[in-house]
Amino acid sequence: MVRFILNKLLYLIPTFLGITIIAFSFVRILPGDPVLLMAGERGVSPERHAELTAQLGYDKPVVMQYFDFLGRLLQGDFGTSLVTKKPVLDEFMALFPATVELGLCAIILATVIGVPVGILAAIKRGSWFDQISMTTALVGFSMPIFWWGLLLIIFFSGMLGWTPVSGRISLLYYFPTPTGFMLIDSLLSGQPGAFKSAVSHLILPSIVLATIPLAVIARQTRSAMLEVMGEDYVRTARAKGMPQRRVIGVHALRNAMIPVVTTIGLQIGVLMAGAILTETIFSWPGIGKWMIDSISRRDYPVVQSGLLLIAGMVMLVNLLVDLTYGLINPRIRAS
Amino acid sequence: MKLFLVCASALALSAGLAQAKTFVYCSEASPEGFDPAPYTAGTTFDASAHPIYNRLTEFKKGTTEVEPGLAESWEVSEDGTEYTFHLRQGVKWHSNEKFTPTRDFNADDVLFSFDRQGNAENPWHQYNPGITYEYYTAMSMPELVKSVEKIDDYTVKITLNSPEAPFLANIAMPFASIVSKEYADALEAAGTREDLNNMPIGTGPFKFVAYQKDAVIRYAKNPDYWGTAPIIDDLVFAITPDAAVRLQKLKAGECHLMPYPAPADIEAIRADTNLKLDEQAGLNVGYLAYNTTLAPFDNPQVRKALNMAINKQAIVDAVFQGAAEPAKNPIPPTMWSYNDAIQDDPYDPEAAKAMLDEAGVSDLTMQIWAMPVQRPYMPNARRTAELMQEDLSKVGVKAEIVSYEWGEYLAKSMEAGRTGAVILGWTGDNGDPDNFLSVLLSCDSAGEGGANRAFWCNEEFSSLLKDAKVTADQAERTALYEQAQVVFKDQAPWYTIAHSTQYVPMSAKVSGFVMSPLGDFTFETVDIAE
Repeated sequence: MVRFILNKLLYLIPTFLGITIIAFSFVRILPGDPVLLMAGERGVSPERHAELTAQLGYDKPVVMQYFDFLGRLLQGDFGTSLVTKKPVLDEFMALFPATVELGLCAIILATVIGVPVGILAAIKRGSWFDQISMTTALVGFSMPIFWWGLLLIIFFSGMLGWTPVSGRISLLYYFPTPTGFMLIDSLLSGQPGAFKSAVSHLILPSIVLATIPLAVIARQTRSAMLEVMGEDYVRTARAKGMPQRRVIGVHALRNAMIPVVTTIGLQIGVLMAGAILTETIFSWPGIGKWMIDSISRRDYPVVQSGLLLIAGMVMLVNLLVDLTYGLINPRIRAS
Repeated sequence: MKLFLVCASALALSAGLAQAKTFVYCSEASPEGFDPAPYTAGTTFDASAHPIYNRLTEFKKGTTEVEPGLAESWEVSEDGTEYTFHLRQGVKWHSNEKFTPTRDFNADDVLFSFDRQGNAENPWHQYNPGITYEYYTAMSMPELVKSVEKIDDYTVKITLNSPEAPFLANIAMPFASIVSKEYADALEAAGTREDLNNMPIGTGPFKFVAYQKDAVIRYAKNPDYWGTAPIIDDLVFAITPDAAVRLQKLKAGECHLMPYPAPADIEAIRADTNLKLDEQAGLNVGYLAYNTTLAPFDNPQVRKALNMAINKQAIVDAVFQGAAEPAKNPIPPTMWSYNDAIQDDPYDPEAAKAMLDEAGVSDLTMQIWAMPVQRPYMPNARRTAELMQEDLSKVGVKAEIVSYEWGEYLAKSMEAGRTGAVILGWTGDNGDPDNFLSVLLSCDSAGEGGANRAFWCNEEFSSLLKDAKVTADQAERTALYEQAQVVFKDQAPWYTIAHSTQYVPMSAKVSGFVMSPLGDFTFETVDIAE
């Protein structure tokens, strides 16, 4: 198992280097530069443009800039935002817990609903439940997130008044946030009603962000279950007279879960993409919106280091998925 | 017993919350920082310069007139180059957990506030990596200011290199906010200089309490404010980027006031009895700038003919959904010296065609540049360009619409020899006509990197502006600017499109909000009915 883990870790090094190159080049390929965008309609004289570019260090050859970036990165320096003039790492750490909190709730929601629905649909293949759930999943999978979020806000917050419109907690509550996770901080604050308020603010954004992964997980679970249930050993188990519950729970499910776990892991990337829109609609102070703002302002340091940090986190999650995979299936460990 | 204490304190807390008046503003974006000097965005100033700081001069609420701020009075020398400011006494600085002021505001603070921006040797010039003072530079302060001297603790003399009539308006702008020298010294000693931008200390109506990035900014009333103290106790900015969501929050009572509603929502807001809507003509202009250095657009008659071929009212109706005033001058009607006697070129395709024939122009093809972003002066440039294209085709002009990514658009539209006419616009900084006319249309700004996208250099026009700039008397300046607008209309370097209307929806419980022609959002006069 140790060798398995070390092997996986070794693979991370070239991947990480590759990501630094992509993150670095991505924002520079885009037309327009930060100095011009700062000046806006007012314009900027060629001399002032050159002066500011030099001050930011963007007058050097691109390859030099890349090695500067890499060099500083190895010393743990992620750079400073051109817009806010604050260290990128500080901003990331301030915003990341909000995204994780939302992302975790969404993935838990997607898994807790998606897996049982997929299993049930597979067992009752062709039934009305199967047809309705899979059609709904298809709709969910193709859902335009922005429109969906707004629709839920207008219905549940606007018309019914059940949930708050946006934000992480009611503005009446004001307490220190040592962990950055509002659910935990609101409990720690000891203020009555704070935790309830934090939970109520999480409901709609979690549903919106969970929509696409839920659909994918439900469909993947169903097809994995169907495949496994056609296997010889399941038929044998049935032929032995084993109860249906045990056939599915012990023999089918565990094997069917392997591709499902992979799918759930892959959804982390999908979640990041969904988070950008979800965070914007629900005024959720996370890294998705932060990245979009930085891209449109060509805030090079934030985009390159931010992408790197996000990619690093996704890599970490994928590593954990791989390890879980190894736990579920000893054959993978051996190979 | 312990439980009781917890409950009792909770009750006391909630009772306290009910009593304190908290005003929630659903702002549209996060501030870049809380030191106004290094930034240029209005959103940043709404969160920093306006609630937290003051300037030597201030804009009178709801106008662009300059009134005394931290300077109680001032004298200007005969030649218009020396300004002597008499500072207000007894103005208290805010305090926070790390800093308690030992003295009131004085001349040292004024000197520090200007010197750190203008003097590259000042240790605070680069107190954060990459800081630049773009507004200070853009308002030509480095060329303009010769010296800032302290005469005594409450008298400051600013000497200029040449007379500049808009100077008093310039220093009422957010970048000229006065910061505390004593606080800066304390931060320097503590080695936490960046806190000048994170934990601001000012003299303004509200004290900064806390900022949670991209989520909430909290302020508390400054009870020692030298002016009229705010009515509300707490001011909260709930950062809400999407306009539709802001409106839902306003309707649900999660905030009291919001900026920038979507044009499509205006009618619904008007119909809602729980809400009210303030509106005002914006201090802006949207325009189409020809390249006046390229044939046949170097001929004013051709430009005039094209202007007459485009139906302005149709653009105002379709693109602005009526929320704009058709523009005939380059400055908006709310600005002093606006020449209302000028007649706009009529929409007359037949006359336009005849004028083009007369100028010997036939089978003209041109480009119309449509910017890719929505701006306060232009909700949809592509749609505008399409309407123009259609109108121009009726007089035999074939127009092709082009667009670039925003940064590239700004850069390419400044390049000399650019083919095509560019849709762009401007929002005023300080309410002075010079801030529109000189910046956008003078010979000085027609060079590379200037904002004069028509590359239009008219000696008569530019000399009128120069005269107006060194004249202190406002009536004389008005006459000069009115004449400049006549020259502009006659020469037609632009097709002036519209001045868009600003809307501010708020809860019907809110009173005392005053719209600013400069587009600022300030809350020291607001109140909420219980």
